[in-house]
Amino acid sequence: MLTLTLKEPVERVPLEAEALGPDTVAALDHSAICALPVYLGKKQCRIDDFFTVDGEASDELELRGDLRKVRWIGRGMTRGHINIVGNAGMHLGAYMQGGAIEVSGSASDWVGGEMSGGLIRIAGNAGGQIGAAYRGSRRGMSDGTIVVGGSAGLEIGMRMKRGLIVIGGPVRDFAGLEMKGGTIILRSGAELRTGAWMSRGTIISLAPIPLLPSFLPSSRYVPSFLRVVAQHLRRLGTSVPDDPAAGTYTRYLGDAAVIGKGEILVWSAA
Amino acid sequence: MVRITGGSVYDPANGINGAVKDICIDDAGRVVAALNGSEVRTIDATGMLVFPGGVDVHTHVAGGALNFARGLVPENQRIARKFLHTPELRAGIGGLTPTTFATGYLYAGMGWTTVNEAAVPILSAKHTHEELHDIPIVDKSTLLLMANNELMLDLLEAGEFERAKSLVGWMIQSAKTFGIKAVNPGGVAAWKWGKNANQLHKPIEGYAKITAGQIVTQLARIVDELGLPHPMHLHQNNLGVPGNVASTIETMNLLQGHRAHLAHLQFHAYGGHDWGSMKSEAPAVAAAFLAHKNLTCDVGAVLFGDAVTITADGPWQHLLYELTGRKWGNLDVENETGCGIVPYVYSDHKLVNAVQWAVGLELLLLIDDPWRVYLTTDHPNGGGFWRYPEIIRLLMDAEFRKAEVRKLPPEAQKRITLAELDRQYTLSDVAIVTSAGPARALGLAQKGHLGVGADGDVTIYSGKPDADGVMLSYPRYVLKAGTVVVEEGEIRALTEGREFIVQPAFDPGIEAFIRPNFEKVYTMSFENYPTEMSRIRHPQIVPCSR
Repeated sequence: MLTLTLKEPVERVPLEAEALGPDTVAALDHSAICALPVYLGKKQCRIDDFFTVDGEASDELELRGDLRKVRWIGRGMTRGHINIVGNAGMHLGAYMQGGAIEVSGSASDWVGGEMSGGLIRIAGNAGGQIGAAYRGSRRGMSDGTIVVGGSAGLEIGMRMKRGLIVIGGPVRDFAGLEMKGGTIILRSGAELRTGAWMSRGTIISLAPIPLLPSFLPSSRYVPSFLRVVAQHLRRLGTSVPDDPAAGTYTRYLGDAAVIGKGEILVWSAA
Repeated sequence: MVRITGGSVYDPANGINGAVKDICIDDAGRVVAALNGSEVRTIDATGMLVFPGGVDVHTHVAGGALNFARGLVPENQRIARKFLHTPELRAGIGGLTPTTFATGYLYAGMGWTTVNEAAVPILSAKHTHEELHDIPIVDKSTLLLMANNELMLDLLEAGEFERAKSLVGWMIQSAKTFGIKAVNPGGVAAWKWGKNANQLHKPIEGYAKITAGQIVTQLARIVDELGLPHPMHLHQNNLGVPGNVASTIETMNLLQGHRAHLAHLQFHAYGGHDWGSMKSEAPAVAAAFLAHKNLTCDVGAVLFGDAVTITADGPWQHLLYELTGRKWGNLDVENETGCGIVPYVYSDHKLVNAVQWAVGLELLLLIDDPWRVYLTTDHPNGGGFWRYPEIIRLLMDAEFRKAEVRKLPPEAQKRITLAELDRQYTLSDVAIVTSAGPARALGLAQKGHLGVGADGDVTIYSGKPDADGVMLSYPRYVLKAGTVVVEEGEIRALTEGREFIVQPAFDPGIEAFIRPNFEKVYTMSFENYPTEMSRIRHPQIVPCSR
């Protein structure tokens, strides 16, 4: 395992460190890893300007320290595992294709932006635009799983096409904005305009949420696919109710402002 | 001072077709017969091909519309080529809507040294000139959008041709442009009523008498009578519409007796009556065009892949948006024109796009007078200008071209005649359609050739095909006004280009008509409207013939 420890907190100017991923470091020796480029603003620096590098290169990478100003960790990674002991900065796991990232603290905006596979688990809170499409892009995440234990910000799952996002804490406005597919599970509900302009996909809220008038109730049931989702989530240490004896979901169809083939399922316990 | 020795020179304007000849350029950046003195850099071009620098007669590289497009497609910029800041170069982004510096690098890197920004509203002229100043290396000219200017349309409606002519002269003076562009005459004015002008002989929306056809002919006459070096540059009505061949040929007939340049003719050469029945009418358009010696054209070829459509043709852009269902930007440019932006993908498995791809090449091959047809993609409407070498390859290699045609959907192959065309461009043909021809059409006497007195803009290609067997894919050297700006694929010097402008004579009394109308309907003050001469860096005034 390779361990990189942040020497001192990065203040003000963020550090862009897309080299921090198993694909880049696994094949390199110690000195080559130390020399990998990172950018402090427009200045090109070396990894060992900011981190102490210990251990052998491998697909297992551990990052220690408060990395809240360190951006693009695990960008485009295809395999391996990154364990972050501390916080992570913006664009964590953006464009990720495979492998796993775990964060013991919190992460910032754009977690898993346009990712196409893999798993990101964040124990604390995360920012906005989780699994979202970057500005101008037509599609956000196209596969993979993002699990956040705490709260999340604006526009999570914006334009997502496939994949699963689970948020444990409260979520702010515009969850699932322009969603095209995939599933978002809001374990503590969300603020305003959830599912605005969603054309397809599923948003599940375990708490009552305000709905746009363009979402219309259609039925009350417990969809059978939730058993599969619940099984998957149990392995990831979270859950979604799938037992009809425990309650039912009210299904709302929308967003009628567009083609309206999406759905919001709101749980009510029996 | 530079002497280029040993190269095969292709200078069709001076009748030189591959002769080995020295080209000498003096310190003023002009081609001279011979050089004296020791401070001469000699470029050994033995075995290489020496061309005059490329001239792009129709492109969109600066101004309000392009900036709007840049803002609308951030996703293209993320995947575009990056130009990193170095001690010599300023940073920039390439792609379909390149930043100003990158535009200069990309044109020069391809061997083009003069570009004509083809659509400038007076209201964004200041912005356009300032962006043009930031495009390094290449020389620039601009065309003023006039065919939907309501002040001019009001005068034409009232039958006041002479005053309309003075108004056009005043507008050119105020915007500091080089010529006149007409976009969908009457159609953009009609768009402000939610309509279009798809009939040439019907009064346009908002007017009782004036028709699109009359705007075309009267504006062409105005340009001729003002004696502008470049004829009226016309984006015709019905761009992109299946079956538009009829109005294209009718427009050519209307222009009898006037000079005109038909822009992106590829978009105006379609048969059929809807998208399902669309087919190439390039043979009919080429035949009609060849019969009208008063006309020149550029093709506006399309290449498969991403494009961003940018045009003043607002109603067409709305239609295109409805077809794509993607993004759409629309601007109302007060009383002058409109603007629409729609990102677009030309797909090689779509019937319509395959036909469009073929029509551009068919026109370039069927119009067998290379002096009258010029290579463009209507950048970025048909594809990025930096893809011109791809088109040159298709023109020079009939076998390669036919192999590409065979990849098209079978249904599309029935709608085109490209597979039957055997013509291959010679090196001289390429020099004409990329440089000598467009320079002549623009009326720039010192461009497009390497005779004594010409600007020292030279592009030197390897005489051998590259690793893929392709000729002219990228230049070995590019010289701009005698300075080596590109060498071994790298930008070596950043020079500042000039801007060509015209100052036609007109009756200054027209201001008494413009000012009160302007103050009534415009959102800015009249004094702030004209572009001051001090905003034009390195202006060069090209004389009018009257």
